[in-house]
Amino acid sequence: MSRTQRLPTSAHAVVIGAGIVGSSVAYHLARLGWRDLVLLEKGPLPNAGGSTGHASNFIYPVDHSKEMTALTLESMRQYKELGVFTESGGIEVARTEERLQELARRVSSAKAWGVEPVSLVTPAEVKELVPFLDERVILGGFYTPSVGVVDSLRAGTLMREQAVELGALTVAARTEVLGIDTRRGRIARVRTTAGDIDTEIVVVACGVWSPRLARMAGASIPLTPAVHQMIDIGPVPCFERCTRSIEFPIVRDMDTNMYERQDGTSLEIGSYAHRPILYEPEDLPSVEEAALSPTEFPFTQEDFAPQLEQALELMPEIVGDERVGIKYAINGILSLTPDGLPVLGETPEVKGLWSAAAVWVKEGPGVGKSLAEWMVHGESEIDLHSSDVARFHEHQKTRFHVKARAAEGFNKTYGIVHPLEQWESNRPLRLSPFYERERALGAVFFEAAGWERPQWYESNAPLLEEYGDRVARREAEWDARWWSPIITAEHLAMRDRAAIFDLSAFAIFDVTGPGALDALQRVSLRQMDVAPGRVVYTPWLTPGGGFKADLTVMRLGDEHFRVVTGGAHGMADRKWLRDHLPEDGSAQLADLTSSWCTLGLWGPRAREILASLTSDDVSHEGFPFATCRTIEVGPLRVLASRISYVGDLGWELYVPSEQGARLWDLVWEAGRPHGLIAAGIGVYGTTGRLEKCYRAYGAELESEYTVVEAGMAPPRVKDEDFVGKEAHLRHREAEPAAILCTLTVDDHTSSSGVERYPLGREPVLTLAGEPLVDAKGRRSYVTSAGTGPSVGRHILLAYLPPEHAQVGAELAVEYLGERYPVTVAVAGSTPLFDPENVRIRS
Amino acid sequence: MNVLVCVKRVPMTGGTIVLTPDGQAIATQHLGFTISPHEECGVEEAVRIVERHGGESVVLTLGPPEAEEQLRDALALGIDRAIHLVTDGEEWDAQATAAAIAAAVEAERAAGIEYDLLLFGNESADAGGYQVGVRVAHRLGLPCATGLKSLAVEGGRIRCEQEAPGGRDVYDLPLPAVVTVKEGLNLPRYPSVPGRMRAQRKPVAASRPARPEPRLERLRLVVPGGQRKQAEILGHGPEAAPRVVEVLERIGVLT
Amino acid sequence: MTVLALVERGPEGPDELSLQALAFARSLAPGEPLHALAPVRGGEGTELAATLGEHGVSTVHLAEHEAFAAHAPVALARAVVELVERLAPAAVVAAGSERGNEVLAHVGALLDLPLATNCLEAALGEPMRLTRLRWGGSLLEEASLHGSPKLLTVAPHAVPAEAAPAAGPAVERFTPSLTDADLVVRVVERVQAAAGGISLADAKVVVSAGRGAGSAEGFAVIEELAALLGGAVGCSRAVTMAGWRPHTDQVGQTGTKIAPDVYIACGISGATQHLAGCKGAKTLLAINTDPDAPILASADYAVIGDLHEVVPAISAEIRKARGR
Repeated sequence: MSRTQRLPTSAHAVVIGAGIVGSSVAYHLARLGWRDLVLLEKGPLPNAGGSTGHASNFIYPVDHSKEMTALTLESMRQYKELGVFTESGGIEVARTEERLQELARRVSSAKAWGVEPVSLVTPAEVKELVPFLDERVILGGFYTPSVGVVDSLRAGTLMREQAVELGALTVAARTEVLGIDTRRGRIARVRTTAGDIDTEIVVVACGVWSPRLARMAGASIPLTPAVHQMIDIGPVPCFERCTRSIEFPIVRDMDTNMYERQDGTSLEIGSYAHRPILYEPEDLPSVEEAALSPTEFPFTQEDFAPQLEQALELMPEIVGDERVGIKYAINGILSLTPDGLPVLGETPEVKGLWSAAAVWVKEGPGVGKSLAEWMVHGESEIDLHSSDVARFHEHQKTRFHVKARAAEGFNKTYGIVHPLEQWESNRPLRLSPFYERERALGAVFFEAAGWERPQWYESNAPLLEEYGDRVARREAEWDARWWSPIITAEHLAMRDRAAIFDLSAFAIFDVTGPGALDALQRVSLRQMDVAPGRVVYTPWLTPGGGFKADLTVMRLGDEHFRVVTGGAHGMADRKWLRDHLPEDGSAQLADLTSSWCTLGLWGPRAREILASLTSDDVSHEGFPFATCRTIEVGPLRVLASRISYVGDLGWELYVPSEQGARLWDLVWEAGRPHGLIAAGIGVYGTTGRLEKCYRAYGAELESEYTVVEAGMAPPRVKDEDFVGKEAHLRHREAEPAAILCTLTVDDHTSSSGVERYPLGREPVLTLAGEPLVDAKGRRSYVTSAGTGPSVGRHILLAYLPPEHAQVGAELAVEYLGERYPVTVAVAGSTPLFDPENVRIRS
Repeated sequence: MNVLVCVKRVPMTGGTIVLTPDGQAIATQHLGFTISPHEECGVEEAVRIVERHGGESVVLTLGPPEAEEQLRDALALGIDRAIHLVTDGEEWDAQATAAAIAAAVEAERAAGIEYDLLLFGNESADAGGYQVGVRVAHRLGLPCATGLKSLAVEGGRIRCEQEAPGGRDVYDLPLPAVVTVKEGLNLPRYPSVPGRMRAQRKPVAASRPARPEPRLERLRLVVPGGQRKQAEILGHGPEAAPRVVEVLERIGVLT
Repeated sequence: MTVLALVERGPEGPDELSLQALAFARSLAPGEPLHALAPVRGGEGTELAATLGEHGVSTVHLAEHEAFAAHAPVALARAVVELVERLAPAAVVAAGSERGNEVLAHVGALLDLPLATNCLEAALGEPMRLTRLRWGGSLLEEASLHGSPKLLTVAPHAVPAEAAPAAGPAVERFTPSLTDADLVVRVVERVQAAAGGISLADAKVVVSAGRGAGSAEGFAVIEELAALLGGAVGCSRAVTMAGWRPHTDQVGQTGTKIAPDVYIACGISGATQHLAGCKGAKTLLAINTDPDAPILASADYAVIGDLHEVVPAISAEIRKARGR
């Protein structure tokens, strides 16, 4: 029970916050064998007054995010095991045609992530399941029978009790944390109203209070408390005979950003439709000051007024009943983050400080288990890279950014979010020195890690004429959203002549000192002890042999390495590298991202262009592939690195940022006679790489897949030890459970005669529509999709079970509710375009 | 039968009351607002009387612009229209409040609207002055019964019951009259969704009376301190029963 | 400098709160003559006057009228006003009871003077500085009272009723001049409470439960314990609002204010609204699962546990004790 206990003066780990998340973390740490755990809660138990206490507690498993779906499914499994799950079914209803298409897309996601059965249902079928709904206002629904309701407070209580029974946990309610002390960047002590606890590990599972707690230790947990409105109306005459708390499917009225659920004899109506109402964590009242609870704010009637009308439309029989009263109405407080995803893992600022924040009831137990695995084993079974607290760049931790993006994201809670959808707020922020040139060329900017990057250039539109039929157009608005045929034309121009690319969003870290080589050897699969001037592309592995990162390393000197990685995952990679630096301080890491800008120059004419600017030897023999060196380009000293992510001859050119504009001008002027164009990331990130089967971290490369499965195993394994080596050796011995393949779409024509182009994350099925499941239980889905302009096909990458990973195998991809025939074009890592890599190596 | 019910916007306090640093008001940044439970019963009664006898129900408040929220709440419950005497947020003492309300009623009368019954809460939740209803009655020359827990309107008269030691005292007043009521008069309804929606469209007439100098002048508010006790824990769970019985015996309530 | 006090009669002489008001009135002007006004029917009040003399009243004014057989607030206020005009007191004081507040409100209206209700402290002066209760006693207000005479009522139990014998009080009888209009508001009938039940306000033992009872049925164990102790059942506002118990059972600022010898509060967290109603309890025993619930800060004794387990155990223990 909530009896106040004497606090131990030291602990192996202290978990702060006894909502569903903290209770679950403590429980799983105990199950994994940790002892001397303390769980602190400033509120009373079992309902501490955080967001768990007022949560709606229903769970819809299907999400377009694989990571979130996996966490939710794992959570459902645990809730069921604890006996606190009641299955009710759930229906997402559509009021618009656009939403109907979105529901079809949700069916695809369900199949891709293995949530079945699900189905699209007609208005009449919805009416049968939810008789109090007016089927005339909807066009259809997406029915998930496995949706259910949980008792999250009870789940938390059971988890705490079990951890206490294991002799692993002390629970202290009504105990507030006053401070978190660090020593040399590590957690040292937690100070509370009931005494101090010496510990090296703290987990912040404080929901909307988390930023405040993290700040006590000098770290950031970027989230903002935000309002979600809920009302409870009743007693509802047609629920009179309901004996259980939930007997009807939960309805999500997607187009109005609302949900309706029966709860006993009441109907609960929740909304994400109102204006974003954000608070500071410091604004939250104490348990004593709060009229209801610290996370149940006074209802603001005016914000809910339009929702009442919409609820009335959908459920007139109940909502329009004069005898049914609004019994309870709150502005419930929940956590929002700048990108809508949880904030999990060890903070980059403080060793031993872990975040388990911005987690909703539906994923709480799954997060608890995954975070505990991460803490105990160094990685979790479910890949959490999208939720990693280390993902945030400095500017993304500001209150300004958090609030701007949370406000923008709030109304998309039930929104139709395109896979390439761009944020609008807090832009532009990070500008490369090429920015003004790019604007002048009509660049359409996408954002990466806060950087503005050209996705394509409108000034290249004339190329469309030049390439004519070779540029496929997309008829369907959804397929063509955040896309342009100019990308295809830019690609072809690069393959024919040359193109420059703004790659300044690269994260760049220099590792120096006598321990630098050992540090890089320790994290890298590939041999790092190469001659200075060599460039090595290497995966970094997790302890289990999955992908932690993939990046290039230049050896610039005996004790000097430069690591270049993608901006999006750069911060997590930096933390991983820093965590593996030698304890003795013999290697240092410096983040030079802002010091250097990068211009990519690729295409058959690249050498001629570069040669015209330099007297240095840039011949194939004089400047071989996978080498780097500093050359003079006019007045500039440029670090040139001869590698390629687009499969053509060329270099990455690095100069100090302030000289970037000059470099652009020099290359541009020299290149124009050769037909040089500026090309966008649409080519660099999609068309160029897919033709070459170049894998991307977060798409093909995740901790759930191995180097062998990705076709990236080196011929031999280096002698030096490295993270994941043991697992990697094991993987090499076994037959891979799946093989990364390149597939091409055979027929794009939909049933209505429109050419459709899958965008990625779709399920790969047999021609009969059966899912492909590999020996590890993983389903096959499209990891990346995009045009292959040079091969004239729409290319899909996917991991397939070996029996299907055969060239010529005929399969299907389900896209927006229809199946399209596809063929395995390549099994394994051989590229579809220029399979011999002649272009790169010429 | 026309009924006027007067309400006052007050913060919905939690377990602990926190004051603003200058001690002039309750810190309300975390609090919602409501009306006194007595007044909730007054609103309910006004709605019921008009439902039964016909006529018009009107809600009136003297308060800041935000008090429109409380007026809309009352309109959602079935009150027909609202009168808002808008203040700049300063507290008005009971005399000034009563004068402003009486003037508003006179103005209504001048416009041809006569009230048969004026309902007040017996005392406000915050100031607890116990006098605004009585003062309004005198200003309007109407009889006034206070602290009522039962009302019955019949034949131009109102029968009122007031809780008194050992029973209830009954008053029988001619209408028009002023009554002040207490919680327990009825069980107020919750607003329905259609009621809420209708409330948005109902008229609220706003005017800004001038605030006279207060004659009961608030200087500052103080949270009473020092009475926190250290309870003696008799035990945990059912095992504590014998010690509880010992205590009851010692106090002398166990005979 | 004169102070006039209004006295209400209980079944046996002046009521307790009126005696407290007299003590408060004396403290306003120590050593000065204290006048008291009590409404009586013609010829009554001699004994009452004697009792008032024992509480420091120098002159007892008996307002005689047939209407005073029952409560008639406007008529009584008229009598006060008449005396005020005659005596020109510095202050008029009454008990902060329902009726004391009501009558002085009428006086304030008739004289167009401000009234400060439920005062804890006051000092004569211009303006008068005083401290009074707000929020049912959860908050205090320091205020200035303008006008003359000062009208104030005394918060219940702000000062104890203490005897302070005066030398044989003078008794003056007068018949206030009343119009028919002054007699419109008067008690015309008394409905006696149903016999048998113990009134919450008067009970020596009150056993209450809050949200922790869980349901209307959850009160069975509370009723059982109350019956064993010869006490009344109470509840919190949350319970009334949930419809589990009638409002007459509600203890609190807007419910009944109780003053039992022992108050057993089960599963009640202790909101200010509730505490305002049970301040008068001599002993408070809290039964709560949460050892840090706010109610414990007001309790003398506490049992930490679920009322559904603890209360039946106490009932069983009482039966056992009685069996001995």
